[in-house]
Amino acid sequence: MAVAEQTQSIEEQRRWEGSLDQLRGLVSERAITGETMLLNMGPHHPSTHGVLRLLLELDGEQIVSCLPDIGFLHTGIEKSVEDKSYEKAVPLTDRMDYLSPMSNNMAFSAAVEKLLDLDVPERGQIIRIVCLELARCASHLVWLGTHAIDMGAMSVLLYAFRERERILGMFEMLSGQRMMSSYIRPGGVWRDVPDDFLPTIKQFLNDFPAKVDDYEALLTKNPIWKDRAQGVGVIEPDVALAYGLTGPALRGSGVNWDLRKAQPYSGYETYDFNVPLGEHGDVYDRYLIRIHEFRESMKILNQAVARLETVQGPYRSENNKYCPPLRSELGQSMEAVIHHFKLWTYGYDAPDDEIYNAIESPRGEIGCYIHGTGANKPRRVHFKTPSFIHISALPVVAKGYLLADMVAIIGSVDIVLGDCDR
Amino acid sequence: MGVSSKLGNLGVVTTTVEQAVNWARTGAMWPLLFGLACCAIEYMSSQASSYDLSRFGMELNRATPRQADLLIVSGRLTRKMAPVVRQLYDQMAEPKWVISMGDCASCGGVYNNYAIVQGVDEIIPVDVYIAGCPPRPEQLLHGILTLHEKVRGERIADWA
Repeated sequence: MAVAEQTQSIEEQRRWEGSLDQLRGLVSERAITGETMLLNMGPHHPSTHGVLRLLLELDGEQIVSCLPDIGFLHTGIEKSVEDKSYEKAVPLTDRMDYLSPMSNNMAFSAAVEKLLDLDVPERGQIIRIVCLELARCASHLVWLGTHAIDMGAMSVLLYAFRERERILGMFEMLSGQRMMSSYIRPGGVWRDVPDDFLPTIKQFLNDFPAKVDDYEALLTKNPIWKDRAQGVGVIEPDVALAYGLTGPALRGSGVNWDLRKAQPYSGYETYDFNVPLGEHGDVYDRYLIRIHEFRESMKILNQAVARLETVQGPYRSENNKYCPPLRSELGQSMEAVIHHFKLWTYGYDAPDDEIYNAIESPRGEIGCYIHGTGANKPRRVHFKTPSFIHISALPVVAKGYLLADMVAIIGSVDIVLGDCDR
Repeated sequence: MGVSSKLGNLGVVTTTVEQAVNWARTGAMWPLLFGLACCAIEYMSSQASSYDLSRFGMELNRATPRQADLLIVSGRLTRKMAPVVRQLYDQMAEPKWVISMGDCASCGGVYNNYAIVQGVDEIIPVDVYIAGCPPRPEQLLHGILTLHEKVRGERIADWA
């Protein structure tokens, strides 16, 4: 009976969506009169990278206008976080940009640390860098595989996921979970790296550069790939800046802006790496940038792993008001038990203040705005996510290209709908 | 092994239509190429190199529901997406099965709030639920094998 009632309301909703009059002003008059064609792409479409719906106005095969319709994955994460203490909100942030949960953890944790004025010990910062760069590689690998499938190269996904499984294996080693690790937390990381982590990551760093060469051998000089990518989806630098694009989508247009260099966090300023830049701002340049970022991440990881071997010490803040005491202390110190109990039942108070902190995720700038209340829960938490910004630029980027180029453009700006809708 | 061991001197195998059809249905159950959120990424992992769903005759994802047998609801179902999923389910041809992959699709998961449908079984019938946030590919494979078991046990009277 419940299903029947639900079906009826669904029928009503379909009728509501079908009204052409509601589109007046959003698409050109030619579409209303039927001169150009309106085409729905999504929300169920293999190449929209999730549940994005695009209303395309087509003149023949040429895109006249493009209306993105988002919110099909709106989860209410920001609202849910308002009802959690700061420590308990971390697992919710995992599930926003589900291709690089570590970056979300980091954005939130770094913002909370800024609010609390909490310092992270050096070893904790190094472990964080290892996690963030591994997450960048894992995210780019999914992007590479799916982008290649969208453009007709089927086998790249199988190679890319082969390496991604190894990275997920390392995340599982660290945190016990393959994807939603919740490993980076306010004050540091959950626990120290296990003993078998270092040999595993060294083996991975040894193997991975050759695999990146393999991906390049499949695509970079492939004439079909070049035909579909070069000169398609050009984003001019001023357009990229005007729409607030970040990450590879911005750097593909030749604008040198990487938060790891511009506003270093977690000790990025002490690592030696380059920021690859594009020239033409087309799909091909954005592809090349992500391939180069694999190599730059390898550089950072090599340095970080070397430091991880020499730098010892605590991996999270020893301020037990904000970070749990070591489990070994619980049997000996009454104070540690009190801190432990207080942290996991109540949390901690954060000042009645507002802060914004941004980090460089694989997709671009992911920022976290927190307004504290003076108590253990935030008044408002907002995430500034790159996918949302990139989708807002799709209409201006896609205009004038062919329908078949649309999937290339969507893939090249690398959107994740969980990141956009939250 | 297999069929040859059951062949008598006559080269004849006796079985029931029921068993033969159910065996065929489990051997090539084409899933709908459809993903919602995080679980879809683990679903992709199951398709890719390490786990390789093609061992179960499932490498062929159909992008159109008209050609699909199995709907894997992978991820959180929002109120805005619910009519779309219902429409996809309605468009699939019989026989069709549904796997609810992950906590969010099964019961709403950690999101007990205004935006999320508290379980996909509020809008479509579900055959197998898989727990986990997200479930590992092994868990998805186990869910698929559980569904195969269910299909093998279906009676002619139940065929629509």
